[in-house]
Amino acid sequence: MNVARRAILPAPPDSRALLERVHAIGREAVAPHADAVDRDARFPHEAFAALKAEKLLGAYVPAECGGMGLDVSQVAQVCEALGHHCASTAMIFAMHQIQVACIVHHALDAPFFRDYARELVARQYLLASATTELGVGGDARSSVCAVKVEDGRFTLEKQAPVISYGATADAILVTCRRSEDAARSDQVQVLVRRQDCALRQLSQWDTLGFRGTCSPGFEVKSAGDAAQILPAPYAEIHARTQHPFAHVVWASLWVGLATDALNRARGAVRSEARKTPGTIPLSATRLAEADLVLDTMRGTLASTLAEYARLLAQADPDAFGDYRFVVRMNNLKLTASQLVVDVVGRAMVICGIAGYRNDSKLSLGRHLRDATGAGLMVNNDRILGQNATMQVALREG
Amino acid sequence: MYSEQIRPLVAQHARLRMAVDELTDESDLYRAGLTSLSTVNLMLALEEHFDVEFLDRMLGRQTFGSIRCLAEAIAELRGATDRDRIAG
Repeated sequence: MNVARRAILPAPPDSRALLERVHAIGREAVAPHADAVDRDARFPHEAFAALKAEKLLGAYVPAECGGMGLDVSQVAQVCEALGHHCASTAMIFAMHQIQVACIVHHALDAPFFRDYARELVARQYLLASATTELGVGGDARSSVCAVKVEDGRFTLEKQAPVISYGATADAILVTCRRSEDAARSDQVQVLVRRQDCALRQLSQWDTLGFRGTCSPGFEVKSAGDAAQILPAPYAEIHARTQHPFAHVVWASLWVGLATDALNRARGAVRSEARKTPGTIPLSATRLAEADLVLDTMRGTLASTLAEYARLLAQADPDAFGDYRFVVRMNNLKLTASQLVVDVVGRAMVICGIAGYRNDSKLSLGRHLRDATGAGLMVNNDRILGQNATMQVALREG
Repeated sequence: MYSEQIRPLVAQHARLRMAVDELTDESDLYRAGLTSLSTVNLMLALEEHFDVEFLDRMLGRQTFGSIRCLAEAIAELRGATDRDRIAG
């Protein structure tokens, strides 16, 4: 980009002002509906109306395509801020940004996707993802279904056991084999727009937590222009974007969730301390311990995020396939998803029965139920198994 | 020069979806079904067979992309071992 052009683009908003705006949305449009979203397992429409009004669905789209031009660290901060108010809302926002990043990192050289990025910003489209498939299990790097291309048109059918907010999304990025004679791991990603597909819901979404993500299974039957197939191999998209970006934004929102749980505990400690002037209550010691755990979460996130941002800036595509990088990203997921449960559990002990109740201001039921989902979305045992395999090959950690 | 020895190891350990004699030395092993994690099995088999140890920098798509790339990597590693033996 030349200097003259850079000068006329709007500067990305400064992080502090942006986060204040996100927290304002959180207080006014997200938190007031969080319990209803959770109870009814319904999409957080109020939250997304407010996020769209602030053009935040285009947060990661570069300014030259009309977006806000935030970097990965800023997007992560927005996810964390939303995580304070409603983890389902934050998760949907995070998953959308992962898909936007796939397009931004890997497809903007293609005219179709350049136009689509502009349209996404203008209309504030919400993007979903269909990676896992019936018959494959949870392995995103393996597909049974294949895209068929004929005369510049594609057709694609997929049985997806989970598509988060699939019924609400404006488009779904669907992974599949490159062609009918391709290996299971030789995948591409196809942008399937609402108007390109018929969705048949295969199951319900009645879960312990993350209920607002509305993630039942769907059969996707789609057809469209072959230009909607992302030009890069999915192996590359997964290594550079889908895998690391997901772990960074997920860990961020879990930090937000854990922080809110601990803030509720903080309130309980303070009111207890007021009753016993001159004596620091035991719960304050528990709070100090819990804060230590939260700090570990934050530290792991910060260092891993910094590493990822550094590699993205370097633009060396091979760096993302390095086992140490992959292991580190997996470690972030494992650490953050375990510690979020730990922090919320500690907050529960501090809040006591008030945290356990569903009808108190200090209630932590939703936090606890959401937190337990973190280790299951891309199951930690699968991730640990991948790390185990890579550790066998690594000679130096 | 190592590719003939590498072929049966690829056939046995790479979990490809096609017979190894359908591949040329230049064929893309990832297109043939090799995955990042299955390279570890292949690596262990190659290390055992050739009595070498892969360097961490070699654990990528460039080294494992084709039988020819693997042969070159083995040649590089064997070269180092042979030199060590002479020096020793």
